[in-house]
Amino acid sequence: MYKIAIKDLDTLFSKIAAEQELILPLKKAGQYNFGVYEEGADTEGILVNKTVKSAKDAFFPQFETLYNVRKTITPADELANGEEASGTKIRTKLEVSMEDLKDKDFVVFGMRACDVKAVDVLDKVFLSDPVDNYYKARRDHGIIVALACHEPEESCFCTVFGIDPADPKADVATWVVGEDLYWKPLTDKGTALTEGVKDLFADADEQAIEEEKANIKAIMDKLPNTKLSLEGWGAGKTDEKFGSDVWAKLYNPCLGCGTCTFVCPTCQCYDIKDYTTKDGIERYRCWDSCMYSDFTLMAGGQNRTTQLQRFRQRFMHKLVYFPDRYDGMYSCVGCGRCVDKCPQSLNIVKVIKAFGKENKGGAV
Amino acid sequence: MSMNEEKTEFRPLILAFCCNWCSYAGADLAGSSRLSYPADVKIIRVPCSGRVNPMFILRAFERGADGVIICGCHPGDCHYSTGNYYARRRMTLLFSMLDYMGVENGRTRVEWCSAAEGVKFSNTMNEFCEKIKSLGKSVRLGDLRCKD
Amino acid sequence: MQGLKDRLKELLTDGTVVRILGWKKGDMPYNPEPAIFNSAEELEDFVYDGFCGANLSKMMIEATKLEGKTAVCLKPCDTYSFNQLIREHRVNRDNAYIVAVGCRGKLDIEKIKKGTKGITAVSGTELDGSDEITVNTIYGDKTVAYTDALLDRCHVCKGKEHMISDEIWGESKDTADRERFEEIERIEAMSPEERFEFFKKELSKCIRCNACRNVCPACSCRKCIFDNTKFDAQQKANVVSFEERMFHIIRAFHVAGRCTDCGECSRVCPEGIPLHLFNRKFIKDIDKFYGEFQAGKDPEAQCPLTDFTFEDIEPGERG
Repeated sequence: MYKIAIKDLDTLFSKIAAEQELILPLKKAGQYNFGVYEEGADTEGILVNKTVKSAKDAFFPQFETLYNVRKTITPADELANGEEASGTKIRTKLEVSMEDLKDKDFVVFGMRACDVKAVDVLDKVFLSDPVDNYYKARRDHGIIVALACHEPEESCFCTVFGIDPADPKADVATWVVGEDLYWKPLTDKGTALTEGVKDLFADADEQAIEEEKANIKAIMDKLPNTKLSLEGWGAGKTDEKFGSDVWAKLYNPCLGCGTCTFVCPTCQCYDIKDYTTKDGIERYRCWDSCMYSDFTLMAGGQNRTTQLQRFRQRFMHKLVYFPDRYDGMYSCVGCGRCVDKCPQSLNIVKVIKAFGKENKGGAV
Repeated sequence: MSMNEEKTEFRPLILAFCCNWCSYAGADLAGSSRLSYPADVKIIRVPCSGRVNPMFILRAFERGADGVIICGCHPGDCHYSTGNYYARRRMTLLFSMLDYMGVENGRTRVEWCSAAEGVKFSNTMNEFCEKIKSLGKSVRLGDLRCKD
Repeated sequence: MQGLKDRLKELLTDGTVVRILGWKKGDMPYNPEPAIFNSAEELEDFVYDGFCGANLSKMMIEATKLEGKTAVCLKPCDTYSFNQLIREHRVNRDNAYIVAVGCRGKLDIEKIKKGTKGITAVSGTELDGSDEITVNTIYGDKTVAYTDALLDRCHVCKGKEHMISDEIWGESKDTADRERFEEIERIEAMSPEERFEFFKKELSKCIRCNACRNVCPACSCRKCIFDNTKFDAQQKANVVSFEERMFHIIRAFHVAGRCTDCGECSRVCPEGIPLHLFNRKFIKDIDKFYGEFQAGKDPEAQCPLTDFTFEDIEPGERG
């Protein structure tokens, strides 16, 4: 257990950033988002609770190139001796170049317990067979420094999913206590990172954070959404929930935008598309949203044709299908970003609550 | 001029949207009159200047164009009566918006040029090409993926 | 608010309308959701307070296709959008009953949340509420002046008059205290480099969620150009390049001359991008080049982009 004064954090950041890429919440044009640290960056954001987007980008970026295909055309008279032009006047060659996988360590600072848990959710999808190489490379090289939530907000409900915001499980866990940041490496990766910057730290007493943990717990108990009941959700509830009338009453204001999906730390659907470049194509993948009308659209106009179906899919996936498939693990971590950002004030809390009322037989 | 110098000289990529009923024929006339204009100008024939969607222009820049010019019939002479009047309003607003976003406004232009104005067509293209050469390569509007 | 609720119930029970489009109490003290009420019983959850910023006129496109009349609560600025939709034959006026609700400006929760966490209750935001709103949080209480928490769009309010109504409920207040084009002029005064950097920085936050497009009452195409799967710049990709800029120019261009400046795009943007800066620039240019025009003011008026005069200025001229 170590500590460092919060005012000295910039020294710590520049020391880490000198060795490896450092990703942390930065303020840009008035909003906090995870970004790459550069000397002199505005780091006041590291202490805000919620960035607009989660840290998902660090491991599964919104947009990434998979490979490039280039077509080169050589006129026959320019061909080297011995090369056949196969009867035509030109020779066409296709070159495929893979995008390099992440091969250097990087540090993500300031992820919260919910964001860390969200990475576990992503792991289930991307690290199970067939393994996603692009994702795995980033996971192998990423070192997560998580921060306990000093003052959780009213939209937070991570405890509902068994997450402890006071005790994040990452490579390094940190706490803000008074004017200091307490630092505790939890894994080998975390210890190695700590070794490199140890001279900036002072030794600290474990006792100081116990009080902070108790404070956080007390705050969580006061928040409105932390007492949600997940009764009736989880593995095996498909039949019961899928045909319910409640969906029709819930979905109506949904705009079909992708805000909830893109700010969500666990949404993992993506699309793979080609971009025509000057002399070939670039194959990229980008996040997709099940809220969009063209999500997994097939020639026959399938898959889901109404907004009701799309809306139901998103919440059923998080609360029923995912637990079905991965031993009861929910793919919601209660970060509350959708609660904050939905333009029409719809969110997963409302959905859970609406069915709760139904369970008790009340009106929705 | 040595081979080497020739290669480093900046050759802009210019896109010209030409109305089928006037400037496209004007370009033809310029050609048959043996007037010259730079080969950097690539012409796309459209049925009317009113067919030019602002998206076409932005896409051209995205894909690496350094300048875009729209040529249509003189106001009052539109084959479809009014197409160029609508185009005029649209382009006025679009160019103003590009300027507002800090993109050099010299990279876009609208010119009215009839089928009889081969000379005007060739002069306009020469002039516009010089202008784009002086502005250099377009960097603010392009997509990185389309670069060399 | 109770008066409004009672009146709406009356409309349902006396058969004037068969459903009501309004706002339903949210799960937080500050997030009412747009909702359709089919019965007096459902109306118990109806709410109308300072957080009801959502413009309901777009939802009327679908609602007026349904059997029977739909009553809709519209604030003064929403009526412009509704008029514009009538102009474009997107809503069926005969199937709509407009309850023009009063408005004294709507609130931006982000402004209240600046430096305030753990909100448990907000009071004093009703139409007849106080000039100070009280915010209770688990970390303590505080008060905020109503005017300090207004949405940016309310500072350039178009006025307290409803452009269309079947009946009016409540008093409205003109909350404009800034010049409408002040922000635009400030940007125009910058150098091209500064302007470029400004927009680049703002738009690089864009996550292409399409909320701005989907909420826009003027964006009512059945199929959007950005939903075309045969098109490279299709909605989802987000690259730090020209793409987002192109999306936002085109988005604003497609509603130029039809945009009523209702400000919904900026309100819903999860990244807080001031998207109205594009739309308002077009409005300013249209005013300057083709004469003053306010979309939605007159449902008969010709849109400037489907109109022309022989003497229009040439593209590239600065007017």
